Amino acid sequence: MDILKIIFSINTFTAAIRLVVPIALAAVGGAFSERAGVINIGLEGMILIGAFAAAVGSFFSGSAYLGVLAALGAGVVLGLIFSFFTVDLEADHVVAGVGINILALGFTTWLMQVIWGQKGASPSVSGLARIRIPILADIPIVGELFGCHSPLVYLMFIIVISGWYLMFKTPLGLRIRFTGEHPEAADTLGINIRFIKYFSVTLSSVLAALGGSYLSLGHLNWFSSNMSAGRGYMALAANIFGQWNPLGGFAASMLFAFTDAVQMRLQGMNLNIASEFIQMLPYVLTVVVLAGAVIKSRPPAALGNHYKSNK
Amino acid sequence: MSFNKTTKDIIYSIAAIVLALIVGAILIKVSGNSITEAYYYLFYGAFGSTYNIAQTLLKTIPLIFAGLAVAVGFQSGLFNIGGEGQLYWGAFATALVAITFTNLPSIILIPLALAVGAVAGALWAAVPGILRAKTGAHEVITTIMFNYIGILLTTFLLKNYFKEDGPVDQTRKIAEQAKLPEIVANTRLSWALFIAIIVVIIIYYLLNYTSYGYDLQLVGENIDAAEYSGVNSDKVIINAMLLSGGIAGLTGSTMVLGVLHRFITNFSPGYGFTGIAVAVLGQNKPLGVLLAAFLFGILEAGGMSMQLFAKIPADLMTIVQGLVILFAAAPSLFKILKNKSLVFRGGN
Repeated sequence: MDILKIIFSINTFTAAIRLVVPIALAAVGGAFSERAGVINIGLEGMILIGAFAAAVGSFFSGSAYLGVLAALGAGVVLGLIFSFFTVDLEADHVVAGVGINILALGFTTWLMQVIWGQKGASPSVSGLARIRIPILADIPIVGELFGCHSPLVYLMFIIVISGWYLMFKTPLGLRIRFTGEHPEAADTLGINIRFIKYFSVTLSSVLAALGGSYLSLGHLNWFSSNMSAGRGYMALAANIFGQWNPLGGFAASMLFAFTDAVQMRLQGMNLNIASEFIQMLPYVLTVVVLAGAVIKSRPPAALGNHYKSNK
Repeated sequence: MSFNKTTKDIIYSIAAIVLALIVGAILIKVSGNSITEAYYYLFYGAFGSTYNIAQTLLKTIPLIFAGLAVAVGFQSGLFNIGGEGQLYWGAFATALVAITFTNLPSIILIPLALAVGAVAGALWAAVPGILRAKTGAHEVITTIMFNYIGILLTTFLLKNYFKEDGPVDQTRKIAEQAKLPEIVANTRLSWALFIAIIVVIIIYYLLNYTSYGYDLQLVGENIDAAEYSGVNSDKVIINAMLLSGGIAGLTGSTMVLGVLHRFITNFSPGYGFTGIAVAVLGQNKPLGVLLAAFLFGILEAGGMSMQLFAKIPADLMTIVQGLVILFAAAPSLFKILKNKSLVFRGGN
């Protein structure tokens, strides 16, 4: 019973809210990309590049906020590259995405040796200070859960909600969804398919990179090699489980983050369970969720297809 | 398959490599190093001496298996990114056989150890295959998750049941007669090379001349049409994952019998992932994979010497690999470049 008490303590939930940031942001990004018809396996590399750019930006400017800006810039660049390959060059989305991930891994590991002369981890950089929301922080329980976090945590909540609003309540969101469902019809109605895809893919990359910046400036204060550690793939699974909806994606991401938080807490206790099994939890959960969820889910009809307007 | 198309494919692949190396050269220049020196040591490291050539071939072997595993998956429309987890199981199972049955002669022990390794890899790949066939869970995500789980599981089993005393998480050495004989003395380049080539030929035959291979490619090309013509696509998907995983398992098995001579945790520098690049570059054809693996062997062996002598981090070659995948995935890139006649004109 003690174990359960610890697992379901407020601390675990607070930790989950912190751990969810990169996964949820990338999941919202994945929702936009896939709703527009582009499979984005590259989320993993986009998170990694974001984390790296943020650390580099913060290292050279001394300002964590400029670091976040650098991550956003890197996200735009990578998003445009991925759009160019998947939309204009009609590259297979999954293959190109894997290329982006390997490229990101090689690029960050190489560049950190060029810049800092060391492999493994960067020097410490200035991270984002937590902010304490007055009043909210003083409410019992709620205050503990939401009162004092990195600014990126609050930004994430704003992005999840506005992402949902953008996708389901605005004309642009309707165009995005239409593009992923039926590009031919959307084209006939005068929607600029190429623009919509570029926009959605780049947005997804920017959000993933923002999530990455949280890893190196919010969660830790340095960059370490391959620090995305599969979060991009978890975000993809969360996106599918969340039915390509930012709110659903966030809820599914919370499930992963919570498992991760539990995993960390269990590691800290000297249980009679091998650490390997505890570490496995989030990965096993991803598989179970995916196998259980996909049966009922229906992806955008034209997901993974290429479409060239004849206009 | 017309001769013309094959030639085109080869030209695209070569163009992808050249373009990736050009970008690599720009990065070398930008980071303040000499391009000629870097690529000289790359070439020297790969071909400079008998030993260096042996090292290049040594690095080629696991990439042949890993690339072939991905290619077989692709042929049936499956993207098996789980090579890493499957090769850990292959290596682990092979090592267990080779440290346990020390009384058996080479002629029985080596094939047995390889077969058990292949089966272990195949079974680990079968689960995502079954999940894909029965629930639709995308194999890209499940196989990646199975990488983490497989590596953790083998580590757990090793640490708790098979670990040799000492600081390193490894099994004891395999039986002397289980080691694959060396082709060039003291290079660890072993008969694994021949095994790899034989497997390539077998897969080539299987894909092109058997109904098994025909069904596999039919499902890969158009799953609905395959179903319509009476092919049980679920069965084909699971079979393809078994085959793909079995080959991936052999990556680990041959590493254990030919190079490591035991199972060690974290021994793979990501062969399973490099295998994706190899398969894409090799256009998912067995012979293409063979050539692509050799090229990547050159990059790996050359990259090491580049790091050693020209002080350029070998991770640059990971960048080149990523670029090769991107470029090879987008053949229309070269049409655009050709039309604008930009290619090969910019010198430095």
